[in-house]
Amino acid sequence: MIKIEHLVKNYGNFCAVDDISFSVEAGEIVGFLGPNGAGKSTTMNMLTGYLSSTAGSISIAGIDILENPLEAKKKIGYLPEQPPLYMDMTVEEYLNFAYDLKDCKYDRKKHIAEICEVTKITDVRKRLIKNLSKGYKQRVGIAQALINNPPVIIFDEPTIGLDPKQIIEIRNLIRNLGRDHTVILSTHILQEVQAVCDRIVIINKGKVVADEKTENISRAIDQSRRFNVKICGPQREVLAMLKEKSGIIYAEALAERDGDAYTYMIESAVGVDIRKSLFYTLAEKNWPLIGMEALGMSLEDIFINIVDKSNERKSLRGEKEKGYRPGKAGMEKQIAADIMKNTAENQKNDNN
Amino acid sequence: MLAIYRKELKSYFITPVGYVYVGIFLALTALIFCYTTLISNSYDTTSYFSMMIFTFVVLIPLLTMKLFSEEKKLRTEQMLLTAPVTITGMVFGKYLAALTMFVGSVLLSCINFIPLYAVANQERAEAASNAIHIGPSGAQIIGSLIGVILVGAAFIAVGMLISTLTENQLASAVLSVAILLLMIVLGFVNNFISNYAVRFIIDWISVLSRFASFGYGRFDFAALLYYLSLTSVFIFLTIRVYEKRRWG
Repeated sequence: MIKIEHLVKNYGNFCAVDDISFSVEAGEIVGFLGPNGAGKSTTMNMLTGYLSSTAGSISIAGIDILENPLEAKKKIGYLPEQPPLYMDMTVEEYLNFAYDLKDCKYDRKKHIAEICEVTKITDVRKRLIKNLSKGYKQRVGIAQALINNPPVIIFDEPTIGLDPKQIIEIRNLIRNLGRDHTVILSTHILQEVQAVCDRIVIINKGKVVADEKTENISRAIDQSRRFNVKICGPQREVLAMLKEKSGIIYAEALAERDGDAYTYMIESAVGVDIRKSLFYTLAEKNWPLIGMEALGMSLEDIFINIVDKSNERKSLRGEKEKGYRPGKAGMEKQIAADIMKNTAENQKNDNN
Repeated sequence: MLAIYRKELKSYFITPVGYVYVGIFLALTALIFCYTTLISNSYDTTSYFSMMIFTFVVLIPLLTMKLFSEEKKLRTEQMLLTAPVTITGMVFGKYLAALTMFVGSVLLSCINFIPLYAVANQERAEAASNAIHIGPSGAQIIGSLIGVILVGAAFIAVGMLISTLTENQLASAVLSVAILLLMIVLGFVNNFISNYAVRFIIDWISVLSRFASFGYGRFDFAALLYYLSLTSVFIFLTIRVYEKRRWG
């Protein structure tokens, strides 16, 4: 549905978007992530034809946005970071204007009523936009993006500044839209991506550094092999035992102490469920196990690692890639590295 | 383009700007009419129309100051530029809306001529039946109206270009007033310059110098062409500003 090829945007000497390529299939909801200044908004502005690209091509449903901008723009609904609202108009006037502007050919009254229903702004139709709350303004912005019933919808941080209830409503709305529209969503709220998107594209410093299905990332996250265990017993001996035990590749004593119980962090080898055998070993030694907690990973950690790593790669270009090191945040690093490697390989394949 | 035209025209009357503009325009033209044609007790409207042009310096920026600067400030231009409308269409939609307001107000100000024709009718009735030359000259009035509208059209294009350069409506208005004033004053300065080349250049920029022949009821094609090309140059520049911004 959307195909971006070798997209470049320079502002003078500054390269905001540096050779980005990816494509989005029909009906996909893609989360577009990146730290501030990574080039998200610039990419979106180029996608929608607001900015032109320095090099590369963008096609929307097979129509090139530079060659045939009018036709391509008809296929896109866009909600910019700041919803483009005319404060002096009522919601109804505004939607009528959007209807005319986008050259819609439906039954006007019925269509606008439908859009209002979908975005839940029917109650405020007669009110001036400037008097609406932020959440309603955002929804009016969404209504504007939907009014020409475009196959591609692009949202730039749609839930920013909303209250938790509104955020959930907007997310549900986006998920529903994803059923028959292609959606690109930029955000830096990671739960949002996890909750809504089918795929995640992370860009940093103008480059795509990760491009992976959300379910793959979730699966990787679920395979947590790290635990905090609380064991009563002499700290030094327990730690030595943990380090020697087969199946554990990393152990570390934490500063936490509870009576004669100390807390340790351990990490098991890939594919080993260490919990049962650890219990029996401890029982044998007569060191009571009084707590065990699986340490989850979050998308945040992976995201941070991917961004850090891509920064590192730029500054230390040529340095040998470091292998997997167990310990704090080791697994996130590993997953991040895997995702980035996959992405790089896919990109290479696409080019060939 | 039509959608933008309609929206722009409507927005003049949603905000007080449109009412203020029309009100001040009618009041000022009526005042000028009293102090030129009426007070001199004649049917001659030459000085009425040339004085009217001076009011444009203040009034036209009222129409043009928000055309683009407000869109830029509210970021609504993003909506216009990502909609299936060309930049040219957008610029013309806005230009024509301002022009419509302007032409409308000029036509409204024609009520000033009612007393003129009323007096003329009376005089004609009192005088001998063969005195058909009594009364205002229709050619002069219509010619001047066309001239005034052409000057205004060029001024609107100038104001529109300036409004693309700033986000601040007030800055846009002040700058427009300054530049329009300069365009008018240049014509007077010319009288004091002896260098032919400089005079020629200034004469080209000066808007007022071409207006004179309209006041005599003569239709000057060279002037028509001059005003139209001046207008198109500024409209073209406005379009270029937006194209340039896209290519950033």
